[in-house]
Amino acid sequence: MFPTPIQKRSEAVRVTYQVFLPIALILWLLPLIAVASFSIRPLTDFTQGNFWGWPSSFNLFSNYGRVFFESDMPRYMLNSLMITIPTVVGAVALSCMTGFALGIYRFKGNLLIFFMFIAGNFVPFQILMVPVRDLTVSLNLYDTKLGLVLFHIAFQTGFCTLFMRNFIKALPVELIEAARVEGVAEWRIFWFVVLPLMRPAIAALAVLIFTFIWNDYFWAIVLTQGPEAQPVTAGITSFNSQFVAQYHLMSAGSIVAAIPPVAMFFAMQKHFIAGLTLGAVK
Amino acid sequence: MATAASQQTWMQRNKMIVTPILFLLPGLLFFSVYVIIPIFQSFQISAYEWNGLGELSERGEFVGLQNYRELMSDRAFEVSLWNNVKWLALYLLAIPGGLFIALFLNQTVTGIRLYKSLFFFPFVISQVVVGLVFTWFYLPRGGLLNTILGGLGFDTLNILGDPTLATYGIIAAGLWPQTAYCMILYLTGLNAVDPEQVEAARLDGAKGWRMLWHVVLPQLRPATFIAFVVTIIGALRSFDLISVMTNGGPFGSTRVLSFYMFEQALSEYGFRMGYGSAIAVVLFLIMLIFIAYFLYSMWRDERPART
Repeated sequence: MFPTPIQKRSEAVRVTYQVFLPIALILWLLPLIAVASFSIRPLTDFTQGNFWGWPSSFNLFSNYGRVFFESDMPRYMLNSLMITIPTVVGAVALSCMTGFALGIYRFKGNLLIFFMFIAGNFVPFQILMVPVRDLTVSLNLYDTKLGLVLFHIAFQTGFCTLFMRNFIKALPVELIEAARVEGVAEWRIFWFVVLPLMRPAIAALAVLIFTFIWNDYFWAIVLTQGPEAQPVTAGITSFNSQFVAQYHLMSAGSIVAAIPPVAMFFAMQKHFIAGLTLGAVK
Repeated sequence: MATAASQQTWMQRNKMIVTPILFLLPGLLFFSVYVIIPIFQSFQISAYEWNGLGELSERGEFVGLQNYRELMSDRAFEVSLWNNVKWLALYLLAIPGGLFIALFLNQTVTGIRLYKSLFFFPFVISQVVVGLVFTWFYLPRGGLLNTILGGLGFDTLNILGDPTLATYGIIAAGLWPQTAYCMILYLTGLNAVDPEQVEAARLDGAKGWRMLWHVVLPQLRPATFIAFVVTIIGALRSFDLISVMTNGGPFGSTRVLSFYMFEQALSEYGFRMGYGSAIAVVLFLIMLIFIAYFLYSMWRDERPART
């Protein structure tokens, strides 16, 4: 193991490490801790310049209550969910299929198509912006959730295909060949042999795409504009202009907006990290 | 044999070609319509002066390379390009930073798994929230940074209000989640480092930096490669943080190409789709250098598996 396991070092090193660990964590998360502490203060603390002293009162419930009941926040959160979940389902479904085609079959252009998906996944969003916005407007989908969902599915298919294809490629070929010898139809091989083996990959992709899409901001402001369809990342800007300089409410709003992907991460940590670090080990 | 073949349907005979095509079709169709074709359309639009209303062919005015010529003498474009260079160079600090934290956390003490997750979780938060969090962190009056600086007896800084500092302030905010990302890549990589090689090297007297450089880092190559890919792409894609933290200001000093493009094409500064597309094309071509290199590396790794 590298570095040398702490257990093999001297007592002094061990104690220093144990003491320094929580300090390092607090320093690392300091900006976040600051926001969390803002979000439970009353407004008067900010007007009186008491940003960091002991809060004059604890307003956890009233601050978060106002976020939920006196703003469009619940609306935006719901929009985010209604954009994120169909995208996850769509992108995972499409990429199971493309991954299967590219990972199992040998045909001319296989690698070319695969590389096209990878390359497309890396392009700057701005090169797509004007045509995609145009397309969305002409489909009458501007400022709708569906317009965003369709684009997200298409774009995420690039990354998901990369992921799925590599995962399927690593499956034992014998399994598929055995099924073929038995005379199993190709689509049945996909459905009954390969798909069940892809469960861990599907789980990993689903959590990853969930956070990616939930956190998207650029496409949200390009393709939507009002509380009708805007997800929470874009909505928070209007939320903040509703509560200018009311740091307690803006902080609470930000925390609420950040919670779903964070919760998803902590709940599905193993899958999330497996997905993110695919390829980090050979 | 011939009779056996003729008894099969056309579908059965060609199933090894038809099946992959059918499975690829929906994904490929979506991807082409929303990603591949728009790239070429942007190239086309960049040769027009067009405000986005009506059809490009009817309402747009063909100007050839005029937009690109205009870019050459555009001060704002120059500032944006230069800021992109700063982003690229400084964002790469996330890689050694991530490695450093990964080495620090690669121990087996109680609760270390929770520590790893908590160190990682800035990456899960949306960049919009990261931007807001850092904006408040930098607040000239009451922000935590200046409270600390003041407490230590230094002058306070208005980081986001100072044209010479603002970009660095935003990059620092971006480095926070990016370092976390690199850290998790390296933690996974460190897990797979061959313990026998490390022990053997240790017996040979290698330790510290020499061990890291000659024994551990070569084994971390795949992790380093991915860290490079995601960091470079992340640097060139930076948009959210700039939009949230300074909106390009003060005096346009924090614009990057992606942000300037958006400003030109879709904001109160005007609807110059053609000019915006020209900026996007430049950004795309810069990205293309890196994409080509990444694809080349992946292709090299693919080949042994093929033969």
